[in-house]
Amino acid sequence: MSILVDKNTKVICQGITGSAGAFHTKGCLEYGTQMVGGVTPNKGGQKDPNGLPIFNTVSEAVASTGATVSMIFVPPPFAADAILEAADAGITLIVCITEGIPVLDMCKVSEVLAQPRYRGVRLIGPNCPGVITPGECKIGIMPGYIHKKPADAEAKRSVGIISRSGTLTYEAVWQCSSRGIGQTTCVGIGGDPVRGMNFVDVLVMMNADPETDGIVMIGEIGGTDEEAAAEFIKSHVTKPVTAFIAGRTAPPGRRMGHAGAIISGGEGGAESKLDTLRDAGCHIAESPADLGSTMAAALGL
Amino acid sequence: MKIHEYQARELLENAGIAVPPAIVANNASEAKHAFDELAKRYGTKLAVVKAQVHAGGRGKGGGVKLVKSADACEEAAATILSKPLVTPQTTAEGVPVTKLLVAAGVDIAKEYYLGMAVDRKTGRPVLIGSSEGGMDIEEVAAKTPELIIREPLSAEAGLHAYQARKVAYAMGFTGQQVRLAGKIMHQLAKLFLQTDASLVEINPLVVTPATEEHPDGNVLAIDAKIEFDENAMFRQKALTDMHDPAEEPESERRAKRFNLSYIQLDGSIGCLVNGAGLAMATMDLIKLHGGEPANFLDVGGSATEEAVTEAFRIILDDPNVKGVLVNIFGGIAKCDTIANAIVAAAKQVGFEIPLVVRLEGTNVEPARKILDAAREQIPMLTTASDLADGAAKITDKIGVGTAV
Repeated sequence: MSILVDKNTKVICQGITGSAGAFHTKGCLEYGTQMVGGVTPNKGGQKDPNGLPIFNTVSEAVASTGATVSMIFVPPPFAADAILEAADAGITLIVCITEGIPVLDMCKVSEVLAQPRYRGVRLIGPNCPGVITPGECKIGIMPGYIHKKPADAEAKRSVGIISRSGTLTYEAVWQCSSRGIGQTTCVGIGGDPVRGMNFVDVLVMMNADPETDGIVMIGEIGGTDEEAAAEFIKSHVTKPVTAFIAGRTAPPGRRMGHAGAIISGGEGGAESKLDTLRDAGCHIAESPADLGSTMAAALGL
Repeated sequence: MKIHEYQARELLENAGIAVPPAIVANNASEAKHAFDELAKRYGTKLAVVKAQVHAGGRGKGGGVKLVKSADACEEAAATILSKPLVTPQTTAEGVPVTKLLVAAGVDIAKEYYLGMAVDRKTGRPVLIGSSEGGMDIEEVAAKTPELIIREPLSAEAGLHAYQARKVAYAMGFTGQQVRLAGKIMHQLAKLFLQTDASLVEINPLVVTPATEEHPDGNVLAIDAKIEFDENAMFRQKALTDMHDPAEEPESERRAKRFNLSYIQLDGSIGCLVNGAGLAMATMDLIKLHGGEPANFLDVGGSATEEAVTEAFRIILDDPNVKGVLVNIFGGIAKCDTIANAIVAAAKQVGFEIPLVVRLEGTNVEPARKILDAAREQIPMLTTASDLADGAAKITDKIGVGTAV
């Protein structure tokens, strides 16, 4: 089993004719994802190089292809609007890869998505690598080959991975795969301060998924989402959780690349996050090189 | 993006928020004239000379001085301009001061705090007020959180009048002050939303003693701090011009031109990484192995060979750097691009210090071939098999390594 996406998931790409959108649509298709079309205004009726139909609007794309998921590669000034268009068209899982969306645009998006009519809509990102269920469905920019599907896991164990960082997710996946630990689903929730799904939203799903034996959670400095996750883990999660927090050496007040990665007002520091996660019973990886080995030990391998 | 106090004041004033009169001065004699001018126009007898630098804690570093005459103003200005300003928020070397603000002193009955930010938990802009103004608001939040009033608002609709009243009463304003403070809150929220600000702070917001015109006192913004969301600067061209490049180290300016995310630190191991999370984790790992990172550097996913070569130049120009660790996990970024950049940098700049390279992910095989072929040209090059191996090798080579 997996969460969020599987081999039956039908996906469109908003921004399919842009260079990143085109490149990664191809990558997802090659991985085996059911990419069924794309959206670029004024290019409706054309086909992309892979033969996928292009539509002017998400509504048309949904009506014609039956897609339920959209992968967004629309440039930052227009990306928030693209998210709202997807939600309005009935897309139920929106994966926004775009980096650099103004934070007030995301405030407006989160205000709209909080309306009752959008209760069934999930947003992953923005500024994230996407989501992958290895062997079934890859939506986003992650290198597919580093993943291992549960059926191929030599150690007969599989984990779910949640992370605010793209490349650090790859690191965790790679270290697990090299130890024969498979992955059920990996979710990059993104590095922006205002985003869609959070640690807790994904933890709920991974905790309920019978095939997921353990969870790797990768946080970073900034905000208090890791603290909220720790509270949830303490009272609800029954599986071993390995946690790592990036940014222990980051100077306060500086924004470390990600818009959300800043220690401010004495809040958001790595040590306090680690303390609460440790207190919640998580297995802490002290070094980013120990993500796989810490998870393996927690799984009794 | 940060701006100076005098610029923030200007934005507040244009938004209709009352501020005391002030004049910008570029040298001591201009400061003297500024005092005379304030005295002539407003009858000012007391003024504040303030260093215009982005760092906070200016008062503690001697960058804010009270003066009672034009001569004293000139002297204070000369002292502040004479040397770099060191505050709790700057490095030990401090920052150069080239501009001063001479502001008319104001009689104060009580100080408050008023600010706006984006609340990450609710995903909403939030108005923040406190009756404890004039001091470090973070300290107030830690010691007496009940004195911090937070009012989330809609980014679409802005601040409603009832919200402003609610916050004003909760902060302890009474009588006519409620209307005056409410108006300031309204203008502040509008300014925040219109300029894509990420932080606005008025600390202190003051109530002046009662006068005939203002029987409950007037409400004024004495200090102003504004930061903007860099992601939104594409639609805020006028604000971009307010940016003062002199506030950034030269290395960070160079990096920005190539779209590299670079922050200078004071360690000895330069890092070149893709992805912000991995870049932070690489710094952490260096520290775990006994080393100190010289920088944070995320070359990003779509970095060109030219940008990566420039990144090497920036790292190698830092005299503190004794070794370089490259850590790339290719996703969008391709390992062969990085490998080619290493070879190009070796040709153009030369590596006279140890270079440890760890590559994994997209196009790693061609990348390894490129590095293997270049080994003779780059004798300082060592490859690492994984993250831990990379950190161990670089700390070992510069002689700071401790076993982990």
